[in-house]
This record gives sequence, C-alpha cells and structure tokens, in this order.
Amino acid sequence: MTKVQQKDHRASDIRVDLLLIASMIPAGSRVLDVGCGDGELLDYLRAQKNVDGRGIELSAHGVNQSVSKGLSVIQGNAEREISHFPDDSFDYVILSQTLQAMKRPDKILQELLRVGKRAIVSFPNFAIWRVRLHLLLRGRMPVTKSLDYPWYSTPNIHFCTIRDFVDLCDQLNIKIEKGMAVNSAGGEMFFNSLFMSNIFGTQGLYVITRP
Amino acid sequence: MITVEINKEAMTEKLKNNIIDDGFAEVVLLGKDDPLRLSSGEELSPFSVAYKCWGTLNDDKTNAIMICHALTGDQYARGENPITGKEGWWPKLIGPGLAVDTDKYFVICPNVLGSCSGSSGPKEINPKTGEAYGLDFPVITIADMVGSQVKLIDHLGIDKLFSVIGGSMGGMQVMHWAVSHKERVRTAIPIASTWRHSAQNIAFHEVGRQAIMADPNWHGGRYFETELRPHAGLSVARMAAHITYMSEGSLMAKFGRNLQDREKLTFGFDADFQVESYLRHQGISFVDRFDANSYLYITRAMDYYDISAEFDGSLRRAFENTPVKFCIMSFTSDWLYTTEESREIVRALNAVGAQVSFVEIEMDKGHDSFLLDCPDMFKIVSGFLKAEAQLSGIK
Repeated sequence: MTKVQQKDHRASDIRVDLLLIASMIPAGSRVLDVGCGDGELLDYLRAQKNVDGRGIELSAHGVNQSVSKGLSVIQGNAEREISHFPDDSFDYVILSQTLQAMKRPDKILQELLRVGKRAIVSFPNFAIWRVRLHLLLRGRMPVTKSLDYPWYSTPNIHFCTIRDFVDLCDQLNIKIEKGMAVNSAGGEMFFNSLFMSNIFGTQGLYVITRP
Repeated sequence: MITVEINKEAMTEKLKNNIIDDGFAEVVLLGKDDPLRLSSGEELSPFSVAYKCWGTLNDDKTNAIMICHALTGDQYARGENPITGKEGWWPKLIGPGLAVDTDKYFVICPNVLGSCSGSSGPKEINPKTGEAYGLDFPVITIADMVGSQVKLIDHLGIDKLFSVIGGSMGGMQVMHWAVSHKERVRTAIPIASTWRHSAQNIAFHEVGRQAIMADPNWHGGRYFETELRPHAGLSVARMAAHITYMSEGSLMAKFGRNLQDREKLTFGFDADFQVESYLRHQGISFVDRFDANSYLYITRAMDYYDISAEFDGSLRRAFENTPVKFCIMSFTSDWLYTTEESREIVRALNAVGAQVSFVEIEMDKGHDSFLLDCPDMFKIVSGFLKAEAQLSGIK
C-alpha cells in the first residue's frame, strides 16, 4: 500500500466552506467528490483524515491538478459517470456548489445516495435577501461575484432556494441528518428556523441519507 | 537491410558462445533453462530480447519504469535510432528533466517479441535450426510479449516496476502487466489504447495481412531465402493502417483536395492528390525498416488481445483486488481506440474500487496524437509520476 502523504495542511490552506464540509467527514472514510475541481478538498481529507478519496471532474485542467496531487480523479460528466459506480461504493459523496449545474438535480441526489451511504450537498441559496431585493428593485437576474455569469450562458441552470431543497428531499423521501445556512465567508450560521436560513444564508449545506 | 545482418551476426555469435548477457547489454538471451511458455502452448527457449535503458537503477531497485512500444515501434524510444538514423519515437516524454525523468528513474524499453529490431521474431535465427524462423516462429500474443518482459526484469533483478507506460499496442501491454502481473507493477499508464480489439480493428489488420500475403514476393513467408521482398504488400498494409492513425480532420487540414505538383487532374492513376503521394511515401519508407512477417505476427497478437477473455468476458473481474494505480488517457479525435473504450476500462476499475485517473485530451491529430508533441499528455504523465514517486519515497 502507498504511504499517506504527510503534508502539513493548516486550516488556512483550504477554502472555509470546504473546511466546514471536511469537518463533517469521519477519519478513514471512503469519499467521492463529485465536481472536485483541482482536488483541494480530497487532498486535505487524505492528509488530515486518511480518507480514501475519488473524484469526478469535468474540466481537464481540474483533473490535471488533481492527478499532480496524487489523487485518483476521472474526467467526465458527473451525471453520466456516477451511474457507473456500484451501490454503496462510498461512505460519503460530496456535491459542493454543483447541484445547480446538474441537468436533473433530483436524479443526481438519488444517485449520490445510491453510491454513498451519506451525501454532503452544498448549493447557492437563491432566496437570500440580496437576490430577492435585486429581483424586486431591478427586475433582472442577479449576477454576483461568486456566480459570475449572465442568465443566457450560465452553467448554473437549476438554481434553488434552501426551502426548495428541503422540499425536494421531502418529496424524494430523503432524510436530512443535518442542515445549515452558510455565510459568504463560508462559515456556519446558527439559525433555528428555516425561514431565517432561507433569507440570510449564502449557501445551504446539507448532510442527507437514505430513509 | 544492413541491420538484419548485424543482428543475425550478433545473435549467432551469442548462440555459438552460449553467452547469457548480464548487465545492461542491448540484446539479452533469456529462457535458456526456463522456457517462455506461450499462450499457444508452445515454448520459446532460448529467446532474445533487445532493449535500451536510460538513467540509473537505485539501490533498492524501486525506480524502474518500463516503456512499451506500439505495433511498428522499437526499443529506441529516445536518442538516435541506429536503424533509421532518426530521433527515437518518444523524445519529448522521456529524458532528463522530462515527464519520464531519466535523472530520477531507470527507464527500460524492450523490443517486443515477434518484432524485428533484435528481439526473437520471424526474422531472427531459430536456435534449433540455425536458420531464420519465418513462419515457423510461433504465433504470439500480447501476453507473450509481456511474458518476455517479465523475464527481462527478472534478469535485471527488478522485483517491481514503478510504472509501465505505453500507447496503442504499448497500452495493451501495460494492461496485461497490470492484470496478469499486478504484484509486480505499482502504477500503469495506458494511453490511446483499449481492452480488446474490436471487429473493426481486426478488419483493418486483416486488410494489411492480406496485402502482404497476396504479394508474390512474400513467397509463403520465406522471402528471406530469395533476393526479393514483399515490399508492395507491406507498403499497402502500412498505407491502410496509417489512415486509421489519423483523423479525417487532420488529413483534410493537411492535404485537403490539393493536387500533387500539378495544376489539374491527369485522368490517370498516378498520385494526383497530395494525400495519395503522402500515403505512398508512408508505405515506401516503412518497408525499409520493418519486416513483413513481423507485421503479420504483431497484428495477429493485437487481434487476439482481449484482457477480459480469461475472466469470462468480465472486465470488472479482470481488475478485482488490483493494487495497481492507473492513469489512463485518450484523445478526442482518436477513432481507432476511442475515448469510450478507455472509459469502459475506467468504469470497470471504478466498479471494483481501484485507484484510477482518466483524462480525455483535446487533440485533433487522431490516434497518432500520443506520439506527437502533446503538452497536456506530458503534464499528466509528469504530475502523476511525481506524485506517486513522492508517495512511495522515490527521490
């Protein structure tokens, strides 16, 4: 067996929202990161938590970066490639900031929970007050720093709100183990109502599992 | 064919003196006491493997990389090829400071069994008769080529290869190493390759073989007893195959419908079009460096290739419990061994929880892309090997 790379990873090395996801994953887990980008999270999880990780990434550049880190990442369309993994291949499947780019978010959620026992899903919350205000006052689709595309060429074809996500899980009979709103810095926001989360959360972050 | 004579002489000399080379000689005689058992059931004993190496084997012998060549390749992956006088076939991948860094790794490139650059093949002398084998050479498979390479690393005292890398038929050998000798390989890099020859692949090869065998100069495979060579047949075989190595787009971009040194159509069967002239040149220049019988043997080996055959046709089962880490690459414009075929390998590996990375490289030059200047490919091989070297403590 190959030795685990002992890199000195400090908390500041990875994005805060990824750190939050990493904190939810127990050491030694088998993890699939769908849309893993340059492999930042998988690299961190391997170094810090001895995680056996795999990734799927659409961009060749992202795969190159991941491979250079010694990660096992395949290039491809997430919705197509995930269907080729057997049931229960992973303890955790991560879909970070990618749900809104899927052709069928409902189908992908079911796929995540077929190949993984649990899924961690984060997505931009389209019901945040800033977006609501923008639509109310300007009457145009918002273009923000983190979602920097005009409506006609955006890869983000299925925006939803935190409430929409919770409703969908309910419809699909998916159990929510943990849910939270995340602020623009990537940190957890402590609200005790869905109403508040849905107004003030920049992102929704959910740990979901089969019923 | 000066080189034929050199090899013959060298081999005869070795056979006469009963020498088994040691060290890093260019041709080594193996399997004298331990025959190579072939897929056909026949045995080869002894047999020769011609090879080249670069770099230095480290003390614990953990930094060896094997490079596997394609159908018409040879052991001269880098440096000057003494047969053609041209530069080796992978000069931008292998070398000091390059992706396959010869300052860091010990790189071995053997000539495959059945070929014609010094390893045992139809052109070489049968030690039992003292004459060239011709069609008496046993039909071999990709597994047999790898079998001879296993004996080569035994001979070099290498227990486990750090990596096996190859494109096209080289990738088939990589796959065989990873499946049938998985305990002796740490990482595998098959490029522009496949897991079995398709009906279309076999069909193209059959055209080539028929062209050779239809040439009266082929002489039932014993042309070496005559003054003549089946150059016309071999040349046509190469022309047909060469089309499959390029994409329609690259042929069109390179030649279009341009005429060759003329203003208008001649209404004859001379090479009116540039593409015809180019293909003829490809065919003619090939016959000087390649043996027609070798072409028959190696294309046959590729046609017989199916990595799942020993596993009831299940690719998944072929990879079960594999400890090998894979890095697989395909090219967008390769219609000979398509991305989809590489993906089938990737999916089977994922299905058994193996460690695999895969990239489809954007390149418009067709199957031959892996032999061309392809920075994306170099980057991936380099990144993958560097990371693995770090993980396994190779400095």
